[in-house]
Amino acid sequence: MLAITELHVSYGAIGALQGLTLKVERGSIVTLIGANGAGKTTTLRTISGIVKATSGTITFDGEDVTNIAPHKIVARGLAHSPEGRMVFANLSVMENLRMGAYLRRDKSEIAASLDFVFAMFPRLKERLKQTAGTLSGGEQQMLAIGRALMGKPKCLMLDEPSLGIAPILVQTIFEKIVEINRSLGLTILLVEQNANLALEISHYGYVLETGRILLQDTSAALRENTAIQAAYLGG
Amino acid sequence: MIEFLQQLINGLAQGSIYALIALGYTMVFGVLRFINFAHGDVFMLGAFAGLYTAPSLLKLCGGGPSFPGAAAVLLAAMLICAVIGILIEKLCYRPLRDRPRLTVLITAIGVSLFLENAGQYAFGADPQSFPEIITDRALEIPESWGALSALTLTVGQLLVFGVTFFLLIGLRAIVRHTRTGMAMRALSFNPVAASLMGVNTDVVISFTFGLGSALAGAAGILTSIQQPSIDPLMGINIGLKAFVAAVLGGIGNIPGAALGGILIGLLEALVVGYINPSYRDAIVFGVLILILLVKPSGLLGKPEREKV
Repeated sequence: MLAITELHVSYGAIGALQGLTLKVERGSIVTLIGANGAGKTTTLRTISGIVKATSGTITFDGEDVTNIAPHKIVARGLAHSPEGRMVFANLSVMENLRMGAYLRRDKSEIAASLDFVFAMFPRLKERLKQTAGTLSGGEQQMLAIGRALMGKPKCLMLDEPSLGIAPILVQTIFEKIVEINRSLGLTILLVEQNANLALEISHYGYVLETGRILLQDTSAALRENTAIQAAYLGG
Repeated sequence: MIEFLQQLINGLAQGSIYALIALGYTMVFGVLRFINFAHGDVFMLGAFAGLYTAPSLLKLCGGGPSFPGAAAVLLAAMLICAVIGILIEKLCYRPLRDRPRLTVLITAIGVSLFLENAGQYAFGADPQSFPEIITDRALEIPESWGALSALTLTVGQLLVFGVTFFLLIGLRAIVRHTRTGMAMRALSFNPVAASLMGVNTDVVISFTFGLGSALAGAAGILTSIQQPSIDPLMGINIGLKAFVAAVLGGIGNIPGAALGGILIGLLEALVVGYINPSYRDAIVFGVLILILLVKPSGLLGKPEREKV
């Protein structure tokens, strides 16, 4: 579904990604774990076209999408729920969801997606008229994921969905991510600092260190790996 | 009392003009976070667009000054200004999109100077009288209104109120209820997030410039029907005051710009009527300093903060 080959990205003289290669199989949850500054967010931002790659290729659904404009990538079915949620705090919850469906025209299909989002996150339905800025951090994260789903993507990228959220809600949100993956068969690329949680719900994992893939394996195997336990799982 | 009401009418008419121009400043600031200092000159170009299109458009609408003729001139000026605004953004600001904001700001001052001087070259530096597109006369206020019949209200002023009101309602509908309007608001909050929704930010920015410039064009016509002549430098002072109005209302805030414009217009009229006409500009710019000292986010603006 999504394949990245030898991707290089630099911010000025600093090489943020130095030859990153990874693959996301259709229908799977793949996670990218690593310390702060390893290049996780940069990877997602480059796939989305927000950051330009200096070299390397990104193919999505069989087509080369390297360095094309963000709005064109969204149009191909790749949604990105960004780090820090970036909900439109000045818009209502409903308007945020409608922004997620910005490129879609079919009213009945949009309504179906809306129903799905409400089924996943009933709390959003209660807060439809509220300005998104008045939601709690956890609710904003639900909104960010719901908004990304409104585009009816083929693949969803989630950047740090656990960041700055009450622990109880983190559990709920991760359960929902699994549910979304199962019920829609939606391919998910998950970037997470909370490696424990990420490896628990994903099928395959990549460990990123200073812009390179250090290690890759099935998530179950990574959880058993003693080096990973020591470095990332607090064990 | 009558004199006070008269000043309010005059102030409201001038304030409407400021409001229409201030909206362009504030909308462009909303999407690009910079002040388009050439905006006042787009207002001037609106007046000249009227000057040059009026003869043929009036002929088309049956000859002399008439409401349909005035409406046609107004629409033509708005359309021409929209195109000019979109071109200015495309040619001058878009290539600098990723540069520091100061670069774009200085470019805007350059564009402003260019338009003023090119205007003097193309239109001539001398003031020209604006064609009569509508017969501007004082309306008869019936004696039965008592003391109020002493008030002077002109057709031009009434047109200013009507057109401004109509444009403000229309703008509100576009911004609040259309897909592009929603994209504008999303973009002004977070351009990256908007592009991740599939918004082509270049298109929305062009649309914003077109919309703001069309309002400035309308203001150009509304000003010209009330004053005897127009000249290529007429946008400088009015443009700066509309900028003060946008800051007063809260830069980036659309209702704020309209409110700020009206308030500046009223303030000017009261200064002229009760203090001294020569203090008018000093007091308006004093308001700018005051608002920046006391409440930099403006009357309706909210300080930006992030929630975790």
